Amino acid sequence: MSLEAENVTYSYNVGAAAENVALGGVSLTVNRGEWVSVVGHTGSGKSTLAQHLNLLLFPSSGRVLIDGESAREGSPRARELRRKVGLVFQYPESQFFSDTVREEIEFAPSNWGVVGPELEECVDEAVEASGLDPSLLESNPFRLSGGERRRVAIASVIAMKPDYLVLDEPTAGLDASGVRDLTRILNDIRSGGLAVVQVTHDLKSALEHSDRILVLERGRAVITGAPWEIALYLASNPVQGLILPPLARFAHRMRMRGIDVPIHCEVSAIVEALERSRGARQ
Amino acid sequence: MKLSNGFSIGQFIPGDSFVHSLDPRCKIIVTFVLLAGLFMAGNPADFVLWAACLAICSAASRVKFSSILRSGRPVLFLVVFTVVLNLFWTPGREIFRIGFLKITEEGLILAFVMGLRLYFLVMFAAVLMMTTSPMSFSDGLERLLSPLAILRFPVSEMAMMMTIALRFIPTLFEETDRILKAQISRGADFESGGLLKRARSYIPVLVPLFVLVFARAENLATAMESRCYVPGAPRTRMNPLSWSVRDTNALLYAIFFVALSKLWTMYMPQMARLLTHA
Amino acid sequence: MEQERIFSIRGAVYSYKGATAPALDGIDLEVAPGEWIALLGANGSGKSTLAKICNALLAPTQGACFALGLDSSDPDCVPLIRQGVALVFQNPEDQIVCAIVEEDVAFGPENLALSPDDIRGRVDRALELTGLSELRRRGSHTLSGGQKQRLALAGALALEPRALVLDEATSMLDPEGRASLLECLRELNRRGMTMIQITHIMEDTAYASRIAVMESGRIVWDGSPSDFWGGEYLRRGFDEPGELALYRELRSRGLILPDTRPVVEDILEALCL
Repeated sequence: MSLEAENVTYSYNVGAAAENVALGGVSLTVNRGEWVSVVGHTGSGKSTLAQHLNLLLFPSSGRVLIDGESAREGSPRARELRRKVGLVFQYPESQFFSDTVREEIEFAPSNWGVVGPELEECVDEAVEASGLDPSLLESNPFRLSGGERRRVAIASVIAMKPDYLVLDEPTAGLDASGVRDLTRILNDIRSGGLAVVQVTHDLKSALEHSDRILVLERGRAVITGAPWEIALYLASNPVQGLILPPLARFAHRMRMRGIDVPIHCEVSAIVEALERSRGARQ
Repeated sequence: MKLSNGFSIGQFIPGDSFVHSLDPRCKIIVTFVLLAGLFMAGNPADFVLWAACLAICSAASRVKFSSILRSGRPVLFLVVFTVVLNLFWTPGREIFRIGFLKITEEGLILAFVMGLRLYFLVMFAAVLMMTTSPMSFSDGLERLLSPLAILRFPVSEMAMMMTIALRFIPTLFEETDRILKAQISRGADFESGGLLKRARSYIPVLVPLFVLVFARAENLATAMESRCYVPGAPRTRMNPLSWSVRDTNALLYAIFFVALSKLWTMYMPQMARLLTHA
Repeated sequence: MEQERIFSIRGAVYSYKGATAPALDGIDLEVAPGEWIALLGANGSGKSTLAKICNALLAPTQGACFALGLDSSDPDCVPLIRQGVALVFQNPEDQIVCAIVEEDVAFGPENLALSPDDIRGRVDRALELTGLSELRRRGSHTLSGGQKQRLALAGALALEPRALVLDEATSMLDPEGRASLLECLRELNRRGMTMIQITHIMEDTAYASRIAVMESGRIVWDGSPSDFWGGEYLRRGFDEPGELALYRELRSRGLILPDTRPVVEDILEALCL
């Protein structure tokens, strides 16, 4: 069971003078229970890819398969398949329209015809999974703090019980503690069997949490791989708008000096490797 | 499709053509003169002349003729509506009948004229908008309406409101597009059901849009205040408007053209008759 | 006395209507010309309110705020304060008033009712400083996020202020846009511009000459970057940048390193790598 983009190509303003190729043949496979990050600069096509995964956009060539199945634009099947892939937009709290948190969370499942006790169950599960305080269910979503609003937004998507959760810049606008909370929640969601697809320009966060990373540059896939592969690649092949985190830069310099240390590692590993090399020299 | 591409009539295209360099007041007056002339056009053949006029405008503004033609698309529905209305509901000499619907000769001509008139109107307005920056457009309008200030009409505030409105149109469409997509991805269905159900289905789009617009407006007001804007206080301009000889010339050309088209309307039928008889 | 300070805020309290707790609860802050203060704090700690106080968008309900020696509660001083202390906000979209780049930069000076030549000169200089000269005739909505924020900065600079207050000005930008904006700010500071930079992104404080921490409407810590990075940030619960964790670890193992906030390159140099 997986979510697949196969050679997806997409242009905005087709035929116009300002035709703009947003994606040029990008492929990605996401398995359930996996955390995959899509990283790239603004305009690299990462948001466009996210909207393809949720069947909001349809590729001009290539295809998107959800559990092996694709659907045509506007077909009823597309609507059914869309439910399997939850998409959390950037600044998702700007979509709120209800008076209470409960109504906001009920919106998605009730759009797919869920009613009664089943709907209540959807809401309860979503509240728990998103780490939302259940006592907030009857309060006005517009009056919550930034971090709480973000959780409501995520709960409102999880409530439709998707198998894949795609998030566009989920940490944007949150402060340090907000980011920590959100990362923990997403990790729990992933452990619960969902796939998490994080679309971000924050390479550091992607390297820390992902199982796999896809790097995009100007609509093209640069490399797909495990975090350490990505760090290794980026250390010697700069990609527009992506800056390697300090520790990886440090490790890279050590490797250039012949000190054996993994490129993607903790402080302790670097210090140990340094001491080893000093010991060897003395 | 991006929503914003389908709705805006003529987005300003910066340039330094003859038309671009004209005083906005001149362009606004010329547009009105041409529109007045357009409303006097009553004969399908007149539009040959108007098409020529549009071609001259296109050349003098270096805006591609094809993009001027496309600019009328947002009102195409209105044009079709006008055509249909005139086609079937004009009394006169019947030339064709489908059931209870009859088409008259007068109806055919009127439908043609009304449709073209509307389409040309939008195209001329589009040339104005495509060659005039929103700022100078509202400056021009402010100066033209300045006599109203004597009647305590807040002309400069109105002009500022217009500047802002024009600036935010693209942003607003982008945001609408985003909210629409976000609600679709949460399963919102805007296509099925009766009229009432469909209208209701837009609540999840309209509410966030209003919230956003109000938040934006408040932030913008704060930003403007912090940049020393005081409503009603005297302001100056980086590019003060100045009426030059070329503006007078452009206005004379326009008046000349309208006079010519009037003559054409009056004498063309006789000329045509003369020619066919000869 | 006041002339020596760009800002002199004493016991400033500010409460929004209907709020239970004051947004600012007794702020004391003195800022000298040319300083670059990074103001850190969690969301809701009152940072944005302080920014508005500095620019006289709000006047303290208690206490006083003198900006450039002018009292912000005196209505006659307000226009002068707004001109001398320019503000850049979080979302560039909310600050751009006009549809064309140069027209937007001209908005501020036009409000000052200056002569067209004077306005043009200011616009030229502001565009130059922000690296937007090439884009001056472009539609403002066609710019990238980083360019839009530099446009907002240019609009502020066209007022030719003595101080800049940046309220989370980098938080909506990608790393590229953020870096270009920070470079711009660094150059301005080098030319003598006083800066108050509100942020929650640790990396953005790299060029600050002073760091202040806000918590629930108060400044709870105020000192030098080396003191802050020497350990205060850990006590205050801020995230630790990777290179700092490494630096701390290396120091604890007896490696002597420079006493400021280190960047990767400094550590590498110290280790002769």
